[in-house]
Amino acid sequence: MSVTYIDAIREAQATLLREDPRVFLYGQDIGRFGGAFKATKGLLEEFPGRVFDSPISEDAMIGLAVGSAIEGLRPIVEMQFADFSSVAFNQIVNQAATHYYRTGIPVPITVRLPSGGTAGSGPFHSQSMEGIYAQYPGLIVLTPASVSDAYHMLIDAVAFDDPVIYCEHKFLYRWLKAESINGDRLPIGQARIVRTGKHATVVAYSAMVHEAVRAADSLLKDGWEIEVVDLRSVKPLDIDTVLASVARTGRLLAVGEAFPWGGVTAEVVSRVADEGFHLLDAPPLRHNSRDTPVPYHPKLWAAHRPTPESICQSLRKLLTF
Amino acid sequence: MEMQKPTLDGATNREFLRSVFHSMLRARILENKLSSLYKAGKIVGGVYLGRGQEAVSATLGTSLVQGRDVFAPLIRDQAGRTAFGEPLIDCTRTYLGSAQGPMRGRDGNIHRGRPDLGVPAMISHLGSQVSLVAGMLFAKRIKGTLDGTVGATCIGDGASSTGAFHEGLNLAAVEKLPMVVVIANNQFAYSTPNQRQFACADLVEKARGYGIGGLAVDGTDLLACASVITEAVRRARQGGGPQLVVAHLLRLSGHGEHDDASYVPDEIRKGHYGRDCLEVAMRQLVEHHHATVDEIYAWQDEVAEEVQRAVAQAQQEPGPDPYREVWSALSHTFSHPTAQ
Repeated sequence: MSVTYIDAIREAQATLLREDPRVFLYGQDIGRFGGAFKATKGLLEEFPGRVFDSPISEDAMIGLAVGSAIEGLRPIVEMQFADFSSVAFNQIVNQAATHYYRTGIPVPITVRLPSGGTAGSGPFHSQSMEGIYAQYPGLIVLTPASVSDAYHMLIDAVAFDDPVIYCEHKFLYRWLKAESINGDRLPIGQARIVRTGKHATVVAYSAMVHEAVRAADSLLKDGWEIEVVDLRSVKPLDIDTVLASVARTGRLLAVGEAFPWGGVTAEVVSRVADEGFHLLDAPPLRHNSRDTPVPYHPKLWAAHRPTPESICQSLRKLLTF
Repeated sequence: MEMQKPTLDGATNREFLRSVFHSMLRARILENKLSSLYKAGKIVGGVYLGRGQEAVSATLGTSLVQGRDVFAPLIRDQAGRTAFGEPLIDCTRTYLGSAQGPMRGRDGNIHRGRPDLGVPAMISHLGSQVSLVAGMLFAKRIKGTLDGTVGATCIGDGASSTGAFHEGLNLAAVEKLPMVVVIANNQFAYSTPNQRQFACADLVEKARGYGIGGLAVDGTDLLACASVITEAVRRARQGGGPQLVVAHLLRLSGHGEHDDASYVPDEIRKGHYGRDCLEVAMRQLVEHHHATVDEIYAWQDEVAEEVQRAVAQAQQEPGPDPYREVWSALSHTFSHPTAQ
């Protein structure tokens, strides 16, 4: 029997509700309806009084979560789509993220962001916000790419005393399956080498890990062996594992689904340039989405985001420098 | 919506009113000192005073019980903070940058708080504390400790225009939380007058739209405040759901001490709400035989000394040391060597 990525997210929440009386779930349509993506299906019935439907008020949802955390609870807030967290931006970056530094009192909230693009979702249901939140001090930003990580990193997220932005990729929800939720569990702050290689390193996270692996597969027939590093968390960022990989391969491509200006891939490239310039045999490359809103039409969308084909193109450029 | 007349009388009210007045006095004398320190260049950053709002703020603070209730002050709530139980030294340490203050130099002036004691530390983004207080009450409900508790916050007329105010108050109403939101309508949001801020006749009309209780009060009148604000707190405490109180008054200072408020027309300054609530309160206490003039003068002297001590102590204390500062915004330390 296989487990999907979204099963893992649901199971993690069930485990947390079962084992920790401080945990409650809050979000739009997450109660009887089970959430827009069914990540909370059946949890209201299993845990009455612990799962609450919220009004369509993203700002107030996070305000409520921070207040609850001050009172010692551990809320998990589901944003219906990561895109809508922009309405809660103030509460996330100014209220939650500054709270511990200012007052000495941590606010353990977990904000689940259904992230990234799927065909036909368009400009307002496709965004990748991880780089924006990672820019602010006081937040931990997680980007699980496997079923096991989806489960264990959500468990870890709630265990932190600090606010966590948990970016779950919508494309992976039902597409990604595993035999069990128990993969090799790594601590937060440690990246994973998901495929070894010697000619170039691709650093990716979330759904882009799978696109990078497919790109690596297709280059194998030409004799190129590509190493793929899954960052797992973009903040903290495990630059050691990245540097160690670049030391082996001499070449770096950072792939992210987010918009191209700044962000996670820029951070990776700049840190490698800073700390590992001598390791590089070619200029490090970045590959992101295009610098437009995420388009609706599947043909435009497929050309907007990094794909195995476009990652291959970037890799060929890198490998032949 | 009702505009209530003061009806309080009797011995219990005597103690309540004396207590409110005492907090008003402490706030006023402390803030006069802060203003002098600012003008002498002794305070870095802004100084924001509650002059003119003391009757409202102190009444609210006195109506709440620290240890049980939540009080989320905004920038003009020195009197409410004092009434709720904040020691003056928390204020002077924060304004003067002492490392021993509640914010340890990491945040300043009116952004201080002690969330573990039921006083959240405000952020500058107006309206944000409404949902936060709602969250504290929501959590108490989940924990089973909500009974008899009230959460209160003050905001201004300007903050009533924010989305955060709307979202927060609506959420509190949906959850029927025991919450009191006091809008101190001091007629100007920084320099912007009411007619550029909202179009309804009185902000209290908004209560009907949220399905919550609404009361209006003359914020310059201590007896009226004591009657109306305590009633709002009582209703919330007894399960009546959120209560909106709109207090009409005039800010008797600039937005901050850097601001001369020259945009406030003379006719408003000389109008009814331009009167000083502290003078009104003193007259009311004396007329109703709740205190004598001599008593009040004695309080003034005591408070002035208390303020001097709080300032002197904070001034002697060292500020934060950037070399010893823990430059981490997270409470967690990652074990993986260079993860950051």
